[in-house]
Amino acid sequence: MAEPRTLAQKIWDNHLVRRVGGQPDLLYIDLHLVHEVTSPQALEGLRDSGRKVRRPDLTLATPDHNVPTDDRTEPYADPLSQQQVSALRKNTADFEIPLYDTTDERQGIVHVIGPEQGVTQPGMVIVCGDSHTSTHGAFGAIAFGIGTSEVEHVLATQTLPQRPLKQMSVEVNGELPPGCTAKDVVLTIINRMGVGGGVGHVVEYRGDVIRALSMEGRMTLCNMTIEGGARAGLVAPDQTTIDYLQGRPQVATGDDWDAAVAVWRELVTDDGAKFDAELVIDGSEIAPYVTWGTNPAQSVPITESVPDPDEMSDPAAREGANRALEYQGLEAGTAIQDIKIDRVFIGSCTNSRIEDLRLAASVAKGKKVADTVRAMVVPGSGLVKKQAEEEGLDAIFMEAGFEWRDAGCSMCLGMNPDTLAPKERCASTSNRNFEGRQGPGGRTHLVSPPMAAAAAIAGHFVDVREVN
Amino acid sequence: MDPIKTVTGNAIPLDRANVDTDAIIPAKYLKRIERTGYGPFAFEAWRDDPTFILNNDAYSGAPILLAGDNFGCGSSREHAVWALQGMGVGAVISNNFADIFRNNSAKMGLLTVILAREDVEHLMARAEELPGAQITVDLETQTVSTPDGWSRRFEIEPFVKDNLLKGRDDISLTLANEGDIDTFETTRPTFLPETKA
Repeated sequence: MAEPRTLAQKIWDNHLVRRVGGQPDLLYIDLHLVHEVTSPQALEGLRDSGRKVRRPDLTLATPDHNVPTDDRTEPYADPLSQQQVSALRKNTADFEIPLYDTTDERQGIVHVIGPEQGVTQPGMVIVCGDSHTSTHGAFGAIAFGIGTSEVEHVLATQTLPQRPLKQMSVEVNGELPPGCTAKDVVLTIINRMGVGGGVGHVVEYRGDVIRALSMEGRMTLCNMTIEGGARAGLVAPDQTTIDYLQGRPQVATGDDWDAAVAVWRELVTDDGAKFDAELVIDGSEIAPYVTWGTNPAQSVPITESVPDPDEMSDPAAREGANRALEYQGLEAGTAIQDIKIDRVFIGSCTNSRIEDLRLAASVAKGKKVADTVRAMVVPGSGLVKKQAEEEGLDAIFMEAGFEWRDAGCSMCLGMNPDTLAPKERCASTSNRNFEGRQGPGGRTHLVSPPMAAAAAIAGHFVDVREVN
Repeated sequence: MDPIKTVTGNAIPLDRANVDTDAIIPAKYLKRIERTGYGPFAFEAWRDDPTFILNNDAYSGAPILLAGDNFGCGSSREHAVWALQGMGVGAVISNNFADIFRNNSAKMGLLTVILAREDVEHLMARAEELPGAQITVDLETQTVSTPDGWSRRFEIEPFVKDNLLKGRDDISLTLANEGDIDTFETTRPTFLPETKA
């Protein structure tokens, strides 16, 4: 009998174009997502070498990082942003790559539109020049971020040479406590794993808490896999996955749908498959988490206080914490709930889907954003925006004093007009609290959408479990 | 990519763990559509601090960077590699690198050398004491050495080593076996999605 394999190993093996001793495996790429920031140099490289895009029909482009979310009138105020978006238009036209442009309601953050259109499916290998490509692992796919040289390789060959990854199991058992979301699950995991704990691995998320998550929750979870250092994370497909996909624009119908479902149901880790590393977390340990530092593992539950670096035994952790507190303008021992905020950002490829907006709206409904806070909600795609408006979520947010924006990466990364001013403090549903991530000198605290909405109303962090 | 055999010179001791690619090159500089010109903006935010190591002229133009654990974590931006190369760095030595950064470096001909933490710390202490102290990274022999006779061997995947030594473009290598791709494509299930609008 064949050696038991993990789900990730099976998908990997199914995509082997070429395996030669002493060389990385050559993997076939089923889907290549492209945005304006990491593609121009790659397409210029193709032009210079006279190469073509091998499979434009397996490639999908959209502008997201640079796109203003309030006024999309062109030319944009920033000529460099305009140049990048214009270059994407020219490149996709020249190389015949499908593009969801800013006037298309399907435009949005690459990691929102792939699943929404049904081009992200179980068992696939998916890449994009963006580290949060791990998001697509929610469907039981191997999905990972690549650099621009690798983007060029995929465009030219539809393949990528890769060394096999090590296998890690992260099992979250029991039940998700009330008031907690998938964001709190992943912040808890990264808190335990550390920001480098997953380097070299693909993570399979397992256990009852993971199984009970919706597809949107699984996307939030897999999205932040890279923040623990692992390049990809995935959840085996199940009925939740199948129900989400059925009827989406690019999903098969008829006999092809039946064939697809039959294949997807086989996508499981074999009993006895070996993992190189394992992490087990009990669901009862999960709480609404808030990051206090400048990496996503520097976090505590909302009921706790900013930790004291002097109590940390590891010298590197102590030094990192000291630097982080200085940057963040925080004192050890301050209760998290006493930290006042200036800005709130609900959006990003982590938390900008309809379910995220519903959760935030349920907290904001009938309340008012604190006078000292400027808060914005940025849907992940034009279609998320449309659906939210059909459900009346836009009215709830705007009546509460939130700004209601157009789709894009927005304040996640400081490449478009949505940025923090130096020393401004933000409760953010995004994925990175690195120094300067949301703008030079800006101070980021990562939280779930309901925690962000609750903080907007209170003007400081609050325990959303006590608000509801 | 130009072939690389050795990188020799003094080294910048950047003794911080988890240096992310946003710190190496902030997002606002990712709007260029070229691969060059990022060097002046490398580590920009940290340069406001007069005590930051790169503000010490003694390390200006040093071709080796000594880094802490998990160097290059975060974003997939290859611009981080371009920025380091733009400031003249040809090799980074750490006990651990983030995966995507390491891949990007290999494609661009930036050496990422893994040594034991204590060996990196030894080199850092030396570079702090003597900013001009020389280090040689020899790819062919897979060694890091100093003129006083200290030497350590490092591991590197033979395929990557060969590409770096020859300055080889791996797209050409893949296309040399394009028939394998054609064959694979005939086996793909028909239910898989396409992106056609």
